[in-house]
Amino acid sequence: MTTLDFIQVILFLGLLTALTPILGGYMKKVFTGEKHFMQPVFGWLEKLVYRFCGVDRNEETNWKTYTFHLLLFNLVGFLFVFLIQLFQLFLPLNPAQLGNVSWHSAFNTAVSFMTNTNWQGYAGETTLGYFVQMIGLTVQNFVSAATGIAVLLALIRGLTRKTTDRLGNFWTDLTRSVIYVLLPLSILLSIVLVSQGVVQNFNSYETAQTLEGTQQVIPAGPAASQIAIKQLGTNGGGFFNANSAHPFENPTPFSNFLEMLSILLIPAALTFTYGKMTGSVRHGWTIYTVMMVLLIAGLSVSLFSEFSPNSLFGNLSLMEGKETRFGITNSVLWSTVTSGASNGSVNAMHDSLSPLGGMIPLINMMLGEVIFGGVGAGLYGMVIFIILTVFIAGLMVGRSPEYLGKKIEAFDVKMAILAVLAPAFVILFFTAWASVSHWGLSSLNNAGPHGFSEILYAFTSAAANNGSAFAGLNANMVFYNLTLGAGMLIGRFGVIIPVLAIAGNLVKKNITPPSSGTFRTDNTMFIGLLIAVIVIVGGLTFFPALSLGPIMEHLLMNAGVTF
Amino acid sequence: MKALWISLKIFLFFTILTGILYPLMVTGIAQVVFPLKANGSLITRNEKVIGSELIGQRFDSAIYFSSRPSAVSYNPLPSGGSNLGLTSTKLKNLVDERKSQFLEFNRLDSHTAVPSEMLFASASGLDPHISPEAALLQVNRVAKARGFDVSKKQQLIRKISELTQKPQFFCLGESRINVLLLNLKTDEIK
Repeated sequence: MTTLDFIQVILFLGLLTALTPILGGYMKKVFTGEKHFMQPVFGWLEKLVYRFCGVDRNEETNWKTYTFHLLLFNLVGFLFVFLIQLFQLFLPLNPAQLGNVSWHSAFNTAVSFMTNTNWQGYAGETTLGYFVQMIGLTVQNFVSAATGIAVLLALIRGLTRKTTDRLGNFWTDLTRSVIYVLLPLSILLSIVLVSQGVVQNFNSYETAQTLEGTQQVIPAGPAASQIAIKQLGTNGGGFFNANSAHPFENPTPFSNFLEMLSILLIPAALTFTYGKMTGSVRHGWTIYTVMMVLLIAGLSVSLFSEFSPNSLFGNLSLMEGKETRFGITNSVLWSTVTSGASNGSVNAMHDSLSPLGGMIPLINMMLGEVIFGGVGAGLYGMVIFIILTVFIAGLMVGRSPEYLGKKIEAFDVKMAILAVLAPAFVILFFTAWASVSHWGLSSLNNAGPHGFSEILYAFTSAAANNGSAFAGLNANMVFYNLTLGAGMLIGRFGVIIPVLAIAGNLVKKNITPPSSGTFRTDNTMFIGLLIAVIVIVGGLTFFPALSLGPIMEHLLMNAGVTF
Repeated sequence: MKALWISLKIFLFFTILTGILYPLMVTGIAQVVFPLKANGSLITRNEKVIGSELIGQRFDSAIYFSSRPSAVSYNPLPSGGSNLGLTSTKLKNLVDERKSQFLEFNRLDSHTAVPSEMLFASASGLDPHISPEAALLQVNRVAKARGFDVSKKQQLIRKISELTQKPQFFCLGESRINVLLLNLKTDEIK
């Protein structure tokens, strides 16, 4: 690594940290209904939503109704995206005349975008017309991210209110997230991206006569508007097949820097919002620190692995599946960031990363997407681990566990464990199934342990709602479309429902004021404990699977073995 | 029932707002402020589109600088990489093959270190850039194929340093050179 490589990493992490309290403080005002500077600009729009849709913004619901509204709204979105794909030939804005999508691929894609996963079994430029991309997928990019924020807000209310059963109003949480946070940031980002060369038009594909006289069809489309929200909403689904490695999605190092920053921006800022809203900014920064430590740890391993000589390629820098303008450091940094944040967009092909460089994204996802994580989702996932930590710490000292003054009891811990086990089940069960069935094995692009890693990565990505891939796996077939679709549903709602149940249970309890005997959740010891719990509870489950995949591949690579 | 009605209406509202108005608004601004870029940075010569500055092209002829290897042969429909892992025999063989081809094509001696981007395929398959080092290694071959004398060859080397893009804002990304632009400039040397 050169000095320039270090400077880029430090600049990135420094700017992220600096922006956290700024955006985090603003979001606190938005979500608690305080006055803020965007109200004069978009306030009328918020009121219009409520009037048009018949929402009473003062009406709050209990956790069951809140969950019901959330599921119903997601179902509507799913059905819409599913249906427009089946009939896209009959819809407008399809200049390339791309055909109707198969039912299983349409199912997979609809689930994928509804659950904020954005796993893509299809190739954008040859499968989906502008109508589906824009009116179907871009919309889901917004509302699935807003859904994540809504769940987090309900959880915060569960922690901060006492002796009530009201968790808030799903419709207002959704609306505010879109109108005041996601939309303004997306408009800003998409225009800066166009200035770097990201395309934004409704043209037909252009046929160019190349210098050597052959023909090259150059794709087009409203890409910038979708890319902005795909990054900001931790969605990750690319407009083109190569995602953010495509020069039309990510043309310059500056666009790369901005897109990467946008991945972590909102999840990082939400830790500050969380601290503000729960009355302890210090606790918010504690959570931020835990996330940052885990991010840097993974990044270090990954960078070390990518820059180390190996016995197959000697000192050659490993540029397979990487773009010249980004080089190795920016590709590795992106892979760590996108997998930590449940984003899943890529600027390099993860399938071609070095074995340990590819293992870090896998681990980041397996830990439950809590290293900043998805918008909203990362933080409520982290609160699950916090509940487990205070529970385990309580057991060790023989004191009844408490978190932010709320007693943590059997029901809460059961739900927390359920939320940890649901994705783990998907990853281990489906990977095992695919590894022993001919449907599962027929799609592999690589042999040996790397082939196993391709399957493991696919189900991990689905369960964690990440969406990135070891893209050599040809997943656009009935078996994978359906199992991955199921995996995404379990990974999303198998966590959301327990989280809302915990919120519904906690909101009824009283808040005990802190005393000298209270277990502190804002000091260095807590940081250590929380990291230990995340690594042991979240990570150890997968150690055998990792040994069979990337770890074995690493050892074989250095023994000079190829497959 | 009331909740279903609200769901449908709020979904409709956000579909119009974020699915139609938002992309239209961004398109409007983009087309006015950055029309060239918003439309794909297309390059025209003699009133014909010959490609995009951002999308790499395949160059086989000896009179042109070569682009990186591409898993999709620079056909953008669809873009993509090889997705081969490092322990793939196929990848190992490809790299060895490309190395000897590059050395032979450019008549370099077998100890020359070939820049790694010329041996490995890119992520998008459309990478428009190579490193300046990779361009310099090809100068002799291109100059010979075009029958350039010493002064024209010097011009060619100057073009390479002119077209080399340094890291953006002094610190972001890598030094690189756009192969299509370089080949266009090479054509201009008469």
